[in-house]
Amino acid sequence: MKVVLDHLTKRFPARSKKDHDVIAVNDFNFEIPDGKLIGLLGPSGCGKSTTLNLISGLEKPTSGKIYFGEEDVTDLPPEERGVGLVFQNYALYPHLTVEQNIIFPLQNLKGEQKMTREAMHSKAMEVARLVQIDQLMERKPKELSGGQQQRVAIARALVKIPRVLLLDEPLSNLDARLRLLTREELRRIQRETGVTTIFVTHDQEEAMSISDQIVVMKDGILQQIGKPQQVYDDPVNLFVAQFLGTPQINVFEGRIQAGKVWIGEEAVLDAEGKQDGDVWAAIRPEGFIPDPQGVLTCSMDRVEVMGRDISIVSTHEKMTGRNIRSIIGAEYMPKDSSGTIRFNLKKNKVHLFDRKSEERIK
Amino acid sequence: MKKNLKAWLYLLPAILFLGVFMVYPLVDVCVYSLEENYNFARQSFTGVGLGNFHHVLSDPYFVQALKNTFLIVIITVPLSTGLSLLIALGLSSIKPLKNLYQTVFFLPYVTNTLAVGLVFMILFKNTEYSQAMVNLLITRLGGTGVDFIEGPYWAKMFVMCFYTIWVVMPFKILILTSALASVNQDYYKAARVDGASSGRIFWKITLPMISPTVFYLIITGFIGAFKAYSDEVALFGTNLNAAGMNTIVGYVYDMLYGDSGGFPGYAAAAALILFAIVFTITYINLTMSRNKVQYM
Repeated sequence: MKVVLDHLTKRFPARSKKDHDVIAVNDFNFEIPDGKLIGLLGPSGCGKSTTLNLISGLEKPTSGKIYFGEEDVTDLPPEERGVGLVFQNYALYPHLTVEQNIIFPLQNLKGEQKMTREAMHSKAMEVARLVQIDQLMERKPKELSGGQQQRVAIARALVKIPRVLLLDEPLSNLDARLRLLTREELRRIQRETGVTTIFVTHDQEEAMSISDQIVVMKDGILQQIGKPQQVYDDPVNLFVAQFLGTPQINVFEGRIQAGKVWIGEEAVLDAEGKQDGDVWAAIRPEGFIPDPQGVLTCSMDRVEVMGRDISIVSTHEKMTGRNIRSIIGAEYMPKDSSGTIRFNLKKNKVHLFDRKSEERIK
Repeated sequence: MKKNLKAWLYLLPAILFLGVFMVYPLVDVCVYSLEENYNFARQSFTGVGLGNFHHVLSDPYFVQALKNTFLIVIITVPLSTGLSLLIALGLSSIKPLKNLYQTVFFLPYVTNTLAVGLVFMILFKNTEYSQAMVNLLITRLGGTGVDFIEGPYWAKMFVMCFYTIWVVMPFKILILTSALASVNQDYYKAARVDGASSGRIFWKITLPMISPTVFYLIITGFIGAFKAYSDEVALFGTNLNAAGMNTIVGYVYDMLYGDSGGFPGYAAAAALILFAIVFTITYINLTMSRNKVQYM
C-alpha cells in the first residue's frame, strides 16, 4: 500500500500567550512507494514522531491529506486505518501473556471479520514464528528481554496484516549489539511480509543501513528524500550533509574566486563556472588523500588507529567545529604524529554550500 | 543476643510503646472476654469460659447490630467503589474545570462527620414546623413522605447507606483518579490503534492496570464499613438501640460506657466476634482476588 502525504501540516497551539504556535509538521508532500522500508530521520524535536502519529491517526492534521493507496484516510480514526504501530517503549500490556498481547488486535475484530479462538491462535503462532518468539508465548512481558519485547510488539502490530506498519524509534531501547541484530531482523521481517513500513529514528546510521529510502527532516520541514546513498552523496543543504555520516563531514569557511575553491590561502579545487563568493566547503572524512604535495595543509593533532582504517585528527584555522577528521587506509600511516600534513581532495567528496542560505552550490 | 544488644536497644522505644499500647490491650481484651460475670467495682469474676460470647450472641440488640452492620457493608462497599470508579473515569476524561470538579468531589472528605450529619438532618428529618427537604420533594412529585429518621426500618437503612456512601466516596475518588492518571497513555494509544472499543479498553486494559488500587479500596472499604459507628450517631443520636440502628462497634461502646454499660466482658466478646468476622472476610477477599489483581 503506498502512502501519500499531501500538503500535510500539524500546528500545535501555543501553551501560553508568550509562546507561539509550534508547527511540528510543515507542508509535507511526499509519496511512500508500496512495500518499501522508509526511515524518517531527523534530530529530536523535528516532528518525525508527529508525522508518524498523523499517519497512524492518533493525531489529526491541521491541514492537508493522507492517502493509503487511492483511499483518503485523513478523517478515519486509527482503528479503521489498518495500521500497525510499534511504540518506542513497546507498550505491551503487562498483565497479558505474549500470546494474549498478540491476539488482542484480533479479538477486537467485529462482524464478518470475527475469528474463532483456534483461528486467532494459529494466526498468532504464525506471526510469532515470523519474529521468532513462538517459544515464549506463555510468558509475561516483564519476563522478556528488551529485544524479545520488541519482537512481541512487532508481532502484535503485524497480526492483523496492517496496510502500513509504523515504528517509533524501534531500536532506541536496545543495547548496541542487539540494535545491530534487530535492525537486520526488521529488514528481514519487512521483506518477508512486504508491508509498507515507516520507521522513525534520530540515528542516521540506523536509517541509512536498512531503509530503501530516507526522509530527512528538520524543524518540521522536509529537507530531502532519497535512497540513503544518494542523499549521502548528494545532500541538498549543509544540514543534511552534516546530519548524515559518522564521523561528521568537515566544514571549512571557504570562498570561490576566479574559478577556484579557496580554503585560507590555498586553492583546493577547480570551480569552473561558479559564481565568486563566500561558501562553506564541506569535505567528507573519506575525501582526504595524504600527499606531501597536497593542496590542503593542516596541522596534525593525533592519529587514531581503528585497525582497517586510521583516523587523522588535525586542525585548520578555517575549520568550523573542534577538529578535522579524515579516514584513510592504514597503509598511509604517517611516521610523525605532529607537524603539518598535506592532503589532496576527492572531488566528489567535497560539497559547496552558499554561506548564507546554506543551500548546495552545484 | 549479645551481638545484637545494640539493635535491641535501638528497638526498645518502639517495642515498649507497642507493647504498652497495643499488645497488652489486645491480650487484655482476650482475657476480659473469657472472664464471666466480671464486676468492675470489685474487679472479680465468677469463672472462666465462653459465657460472655453466649450472652452476646443471644442478645437481641447484638443480633440487630450484626444485621445492621452486614447490611451497611454489603450495600455500601460495592456501591461506593463502583460509583467512585465511574466518577474517577469521568474526571480523568474531562479537561475543562477538572480541578474544580475534583475539589467539589473531595469536599465531603474534609468536612466534619457531625456537620455532614446536620446537613442530612435538614435533608431527611421532619420537624414540628416543616417536612424534610426530601419529603417536600416527594410530595411535590405526588408521593407520600416518609419519616427517614424515626420511621420504618428500610427508610432509616436507606438514609444510613446513602450517608455512608456519600462520606466514603471522596477518598476513593481521589485514590482512583490518581491510579488512572498513572496508567501510561501509550497503552490506550496502542489499544486504539489495535481497534479496541472503549468498553474493551476499560475491561481489558484500564481495570487490570488499576486493579491493585481497586482491591485496596475494597479491602479497606469492608474493614471501614464493619467498624461503622460515628456515622450512625451523627444521624440517629447516641441511643442507637432505641432507633434500631446500632452497629457492632456501637454495641461494644454501649456495653462499656452506655446507659446499659459496665460490662467489659460482653464488650470484649463482641469486639472479638467483630474481629473474627473482619478477619474472615478479608481472608476471603485476599483468596478470591489472588488471580484477578495484577501487580505490575
